Amino acid sequence: MRRSTRKLLDRSFTAYGFFSIGLMAAALLIILVPVFARGIGAFIFTETVENRRLNLEKFNRGNPEKIMREIERSQEFRRPIYERIARFEEEIRHMDPQARREYRRALTDLKRALSHLLGPVPGEPTPVLWRLQYGQTRWDRAKIKLHEVLFIQEWDYSDPDRMGVKVYRRRSEEFAGTSLYDLFDDLEKNVRDILQPRLTIYWRFLFDRSFDAHFFGGIWPEILGTFYLALGAMVFAIPLGIIAAIYLTEYARQDLFTSLLRSSISTLAGVPSIVFGLFGLAFFINTIGVSQSKSVLAGSLTLALLILPTVIRASEEAIRAVPQTYKEAALSLGAGKWFTVMTVLLPAALPGILTGIVISMGRAVGETAPIIFTAAVSVGRPLKLWQTFSQPTPALPWNIYNLSTEHEAVDEIRHVQYGMVLTLVSLVLVLNLAAIILRARVSRKLKG
Amino acid sequence: MSLSVSPVYLGREKPDSGEQAERLSTSGVPDAPETGTNRDHLITEAFSVFYGANEAVRKVSMTIRAGHVTAIIGPSGCGKSTFLRAINRMNDLIPSCYTKGRMVFDECDIYSPQIDVVYLRKRIGMVFQKPNPFPKTIFDNVAYGPRLHGIKNRGQLVELVEKCLRQAILWDEVKDRLDENALGLSGGQQQRLCLARALAVNPEILLMDEPTSALDPRATTHIEDLIATLKGDYTILIVTHNMQQAARVSDHTAFFYEGDLIEMGDTKDLFTNPVEQKTEEYITGRFG
Repeated sequence: MRRSTRKLLDRSFTAYGFFSIGLMAAALLIILVPVFARGIGAFIFTETVENRRLNLEKFNRGNPEKIMREIERSQEFRRPIYERIARFEEEIRHMDPQARREYRRALTDLKRALSHLLGPVPGEPTPVLWRLQYGQTRWDRAKIKLHEVLFIQEWDYSDPDRMGVKVYRRRSEEFAGTSLYDLFDDLEKNVRDILQPRLTIYWRFLFDRSFDAHFFGGIWPEILGTFYLALGAMVFAIPLGIIAAIYLTEYARQDLFTSLLRSSISTLAGVPSIVFGLFGLAFFINTIGVSQSKSVLAGSLTLALLILPTVIRASEEAIRAVPQTYKEAALSLGAGKWFTVMTVLLPAALPGILTGIVISMGRAVGETAPIIFTAAVSVGRPLKLWQTFSQPTPALPWNIYNLSTEHEAVDEIRHVQYGMVLTLVSLVLVLNLAAIILRARVSRKLKG
Repeated sequence: MSLSVSPVYLGREKPDSGEQAERLSTSGVPDAPETGTNRDHLITEAFSVFYGANEAVRKVSMTIRAGHVTAIIGPSGCGKSTFLRAINRMNDLIPSCYTKGRMVFDECDIYSPQIDVVYLRKRIGMVFQKPNPFPKTIFDNVAYGPRLHGIKNRGQLVELVEKCLRQAILWDEVKDRLDENALGLSGGQQQRLCLARALAVNPEILLMDEPTSALDPRATTHIEDLIATLKGDYTILIVTHNMQQAARVSDHTAFFYEGDLIEMGDTKDLFTNPVEQKTEEYITGRFG
């Protein structure tokens, strides 16, 4: 091969390398930046006076006098709105039945939209659901709800060749020529005084339990549940995995059976996680009955099965990578197999084993499918340790799925969903970072 | 000496740890029935080692004298290392490896089923071609064997570690950094550490598999001097590529060629006046 050709090959290879690494970095950024940008909204956001009222009434947080003053001020601006509506209701009584019916319907719509924005009308009986007891607690949501008050959404089917087009019509048109016509402009003008938006930091998002199906509160039960599940999986998978790896490398005869065993383990690592989930339900819950129904225990066992192949393979490779000379040295001093494994092989293989463990821990933290049938519920209280043997738990991966698909008001609680994603991603990142640091420390200790 | 086999000394009658600890701490008192340098310590009779179908060592019969240094020389692939590793049964690690014939150590057949391999290896120590200290501290490296054989008392361990490091002429270099990782030592120091580690279990026979081939000339001299000081207390078998080394350190020399023991005799005789043609050709550098 000519020298110029060799050079060209080397160069193009380097270029390819840079390209693929750059692509990966870009993909990572494209994924992570929105995750952080949106997720942070669960922690830092513009709150309204309704949020301060909620915090005071339900959690006894905040300065009561100050908040009461703010509520008072808010009420001053709300009162005219309700008064005008009451007056208008009086007015339509004297209209002809046709107009009365139409205005009444329009008014009902308006009142509903208004209560979504501001909460129940003062003096009316308190609803049971928290979400009906308060107006919008977040300014970003409040702006959307304000839009719904000001505009009516309709579908335009006038062009038969096209699908319906969404169009917005001013709600004030419904009340043209009546005393309510000006209400909307006033509301738009005064909404800042009514809701008093202010930037706030809600760090308790991590440590509050959720209320009213994640409409309010934080994600502590999910975090704790994830922690229990991962911890449980580790408790089962680590000893089993390492012992299996020691058996496979040191004790098993290297014959057909062992290689069959080994390839079965590799295959197991590739089985779809939903299959593990169904197996967990069928075996742990229905067959041997570790718990009556879903429980953290059953979920942990299922996750342990899922990560066991990874732990075994990583440990096996780490043990195999220990120089044969260490083993020979130990044996030549009269150490038995067991002593050699415990004093020489395992310590030397520790960095590799740890890496495998933390990687599989990241997997256990993030897996959704195995816990759907075995452990996860959409809402729940934070569990005590002893409750994990019998109780199901919410968990981050499953609840992210749940909030984005099955929740009754997916759009209303996007911020919680993003907050969960951010928390989960951070958790996995922190775990991986811990793995890198741990590995570096242990191998530095080994190298001296 | 007859080759009647009695598994008394190598059998499972392993003394309990206390007794053993005592024995390990009082040097120079081996388990052997008799001491002194004029007995036959290791005898092989038509001893063969196979790797699968390949006979790597072919019907070797030889006698190793106690307290003497015996060098095994020969070209690469002649089976000298295989033979050495067969003595403390390190070849057991290779699944396809098996032996024929007899190898008798203190009147016990090393390959008899009653033999406790672990106990055998305690009595027949080994130093390897490449220095292979554990990735532990210097102290823990030397203390590994004694701890394994039941010495838990810290004071006793400290004493023993010092004694062995002194024996290996390493003490002065490492006494201030016993708690540092052994992998931080130089190659020659590492090899002496391995020697100290082997000495710490108080073996009767020391097997050395090309102990200086990975070392520089100065470190090599160190090791050779060490062998001279250990002679008498230990029976030493050394495999070497280096004929000058064999001539310098050994009392007896065995020449292996393609798995056969061609010739064995006093080192002086073998190097000055070899009987076999092959030996002469090898030591004069015509092949190998």
